[in-house]
Amino acid sequence: MRGLAIRVGAVAAIVGGVVLVGGAQQRPADPQDPRIGLKAGLFDAGVAARNMELTATLPRPRGFFDPAQPAGEPSGPERPEPALADGTGAAAPAALAVPAAPAAGQPAGPRPGTPPARGGLDFANSDLAFAGTRMWVGNFHGFNTYDIEDARKPTLLASIVCPGGQGDVSVWGNLLFMSVEQTRGRIDCGVQGVPETVSKERFRGVRIFDISDLRKPRQVAAVQTCRGSHTHTLVPDGKDPSRIFVYGSGTGSVRPGEELEGCSGEEPDQDENTALFSIDVIEVPLAAPQHARIVNRPRIFADETTGAIAGLWKGGDHGPGTQRTSVTNQCHDITVFPERGLAAGACSGNGILMDISDPVHPKRLDAVVDRNFAYWHSATFNNDGTKVLFTDEWGGGTRPRCRATDLPNWGANAIFDIVDGKMQFKGYYKMPAPQTDTENCVAHNGSLIPVPGRDIMVQGWYQGGLSVFDFTDSANPVEIAFFDRGPLDQTQLITGGYWSTYWYNGHIYASEIARGIDVFRLTPGEFLSQHEIDAAMLVRHDEFNAQQQPKVAWPATAVVAKAYVDQLNRAKAIQPERAKAVVAAMDRAEGMRSSRDRNAATVVQQLDTLAGQLETDAAAAAGRDQARLKALAETLKGRAARLK
Amino acid sequence: MRPVHPAARSVACVILGVTMPTTITRLIALGLVAAAAAACRSASVAGGPGLIQPGAPGQEGRTVSVADATDLSKVRFTPADVRFMQGMIGHHQQAIEMAALLPSRTSREDMKLLGKRIDVSQVDEIRMMQDWLRARGQTLPDPHAHHQPGATLMPGMLTQEEMARLEAATGVAFDRLFLEGMIKHHAGALTMVRELFAEPGAGQDGDIFAFASDVEADQQMEIDRMGALLRELQR
Repeated sequence: MRGLAIRVGAVAAIVGGVVLVGGAQQRPADPQDPRIGLKAGLFDAGVAARNMELTATLPRPRGFFDPAQPAGEPSGPERPEPALADGTGAAAPAALAVPAAPAAGQPAGPRPGTPPARGGLDFANSDLAFAGTRMWVGNFHGFNTYDIEDARKPTLLASIVCPGGQGDVSVWGNLLFMSVEQTRGRIDCGVQGVPETVSKERFRGVRIFDISDLRKPRQVAAVQTCRGSHTHTLVPDGKDPSRIFVYGSGTGSVRPGEELEGCSGEEPDQDENTALFSIDVIEVPLAAPQHARIVNRPRIFADETTGAIAGLWKGGDHGPGTQRTSVTNQCHDITVFPERGLAAGACSGNGILMDISDPVHPKRLDAVVDRNFAYWHSATFNNDGTKVLFTDEWGGGTRPRCRATDLPNWGANAIFDIVDGKMQFKGYYKMPAPQTDTENCVAHNGSLIPVPGRDIMVQGWYQGGLSVFDFTDSANPVEIAFFDRGPLDQTQLITGGYWSTYWYNGHIYASEIARGIDVFRLTPGEFLSQHEIDAAMLVRHDEFNAQQQPKVAWPATAVVAKAYVDQLNRAKAIQPERAKAVVAAMDRAEGMRSSRDRNAATVVQQLDTLAGQLETDAAAAAGRDQARLKALAETLKGRAARLK
Repeated sequence: MRPVHPAARSVACVILGVTMPTTITRLIALGLVAAAAAACRSASVAGGPGLIQPGAPGQEGRTVSVADATDLSKVRFTPADVRFMQGMIGHHQQAIEMAALLPSRTSREDMKLLGKRIDVSQVDEIRMMQDWLRARGQTLPDPHAHHQPGATLMPGMLTQEEMARLEAATGVAFDRLFLEGMIKHHAGALTMVRELFAEPGAGQDGDIFAFASDVEADQQMEIDRMGALLRELQR
């Protein structure tokens, strides 16, 4: 989410009819798609789902919505809204009628600052974090903690009021981290804002809570930053477990130096110490988080040869018929992949790849631009670390950008292969069902679904619902499951929909800006087998923050082998006899615990023989089939090893 | 689907929790009370566990009521916010009027494209600002008010004389005047954002904060692009 401004308005009008060059483009929308024409409503909207099932839903708790506007504030351009109906419509003071002008047929309204309170983004749900059986749901107004031990019945454990937006959350042990960017944010979590333009009460940056007592979190640190924290990313220190780092990404205006020393919002030619063109690296000593502090503001956009700090995309379009891309003076979001020592920064005008083996001094390896991208928003690696997918938040998240008239390569994902530390563009993916003009819709946050042998991701598209897609073939991503509701409102655009949809320990959890939280399970179908789902369910994390991507390894079990066999069968890349033999041998092994089991030696021999044959098959195969045959052979060998 | 009011549940918990008088019933009561306690625990979870507001680092938190937690009256829009939105509508309208001169006066394709971009983005933003004002019951300014004699001009706006000079120019002279004028015009928008954030209480409304921040980023970007075009012309 970036906000209210129309970054590029009605651009389809300009480029209408212009065929854009630039990589693979998915097939056109299916006019029979069940997501078309869904009934509008806050809690009674029409629903369409394929290959997945909604298992639980909870509305936002009390304290996290405006009773007068439970859905949020309409912002739609379609029709004028009548004046507020609460009777407080006192004539506007004359001083407000600047510039002096005849009212264009609109009645004067209430005095600024008077009720009724309106929704807007003030109570929007935002990002998610997980640990054990707990889920934290960030909100522009604070955060909520849920017990998800029974994914079918999530229950609210605690509601924490602490406004400041966006409220993105991450968890690490007993610490919860939260991003704050708005000028209304207060150090003491107050809801009254900070009217003074310079104030020690204002807080913009990263809050740290001790959540040892889930029901009564204590704020232990509040690290102030110049631009606030729009998002943040936890970065473990591989060498020193006593501390972690936080990459803070600020996108808002720079506050005055009088409020926070050293802050300057000047362009680099005016002030080389500008707070623009950097990220904040915060060090957090885990035993004393109250001493968390900024230890670096690396110039990760610097020109490699001249050293000029504004070294990447300068802003603007890429020629006729192309998107207008924002200037790279900030990162919107950074995803780290610690096992590979890599980070992918979605940084306004560029996607950048960084080496973070020294987390305090991230080093840029590569930077890409894309003529179809308006605003580089977030990134996800595949599990091998051989691909990176970036999202484009065209329209800032509050505008409808999935209409039939919107280009399928705009506001989409761009998928890159990583080859020798460089990114090579392969293809785009955009949720394919056309949405209405009262549904804000564009690519947003998602995570991998850990199906072995495939690259699968679940992703929120705001009011475009959620889409599960396979990008194993980077140039030809395919949708395999979806869920969508009708718009919040038939006639007005009210900001809503999925902010984040993440897979965690067997289920998909989704934060809906206006409607609360949803939990889903995948169901098998032509694109995904039960074995593949079961294999994904085996993967368990103690903690999960989507921006801190874990590398997944699957156990050598029958269900994992069967998942590979299903994939090889689907691709007709395994002899049917071989497939049957693999399944039979893994099933026989399933009930055995050690070499002392009867027939263990026989099964070990069978598994080893089959593994050898699969390796031979693999040598004759290529690409993805070869990789799956090898992985299947490894699974068999791993299983055999446990019986030796 | 709405959350159940916690008060409705707590009443039931209190009634069930009354202790029984006799010894025999005490045993039954123990069971009942235990059941009631369990019911009340789960009820309090379903109805909401209560709202906690942490304190500043090192300070104690406190329980807050729903009414206090959702009282955003102090961070609502201010007269300065309204003036900013109202003023920015006229400001944007002038950019549209300037861009409308491009097709007949410039021969450069990149200038024509620039004009189209300015046109669509400013039209859409004007609509958004009008929605913002309308949703808050505020007066919608006439976008053309700046044509009236003696009208107050927002920072960076061209005077009527400057507009007339631009209209009279053609070719490279026009291109140069246009870029200089539009750079000045956009710089005025940045001034307006700075002045907004310099007003006590302004920019606290989340939507205003987001819009003003984006105006700042977008206009700065366009200034940089136009500056590059202008340098090209002067070569």
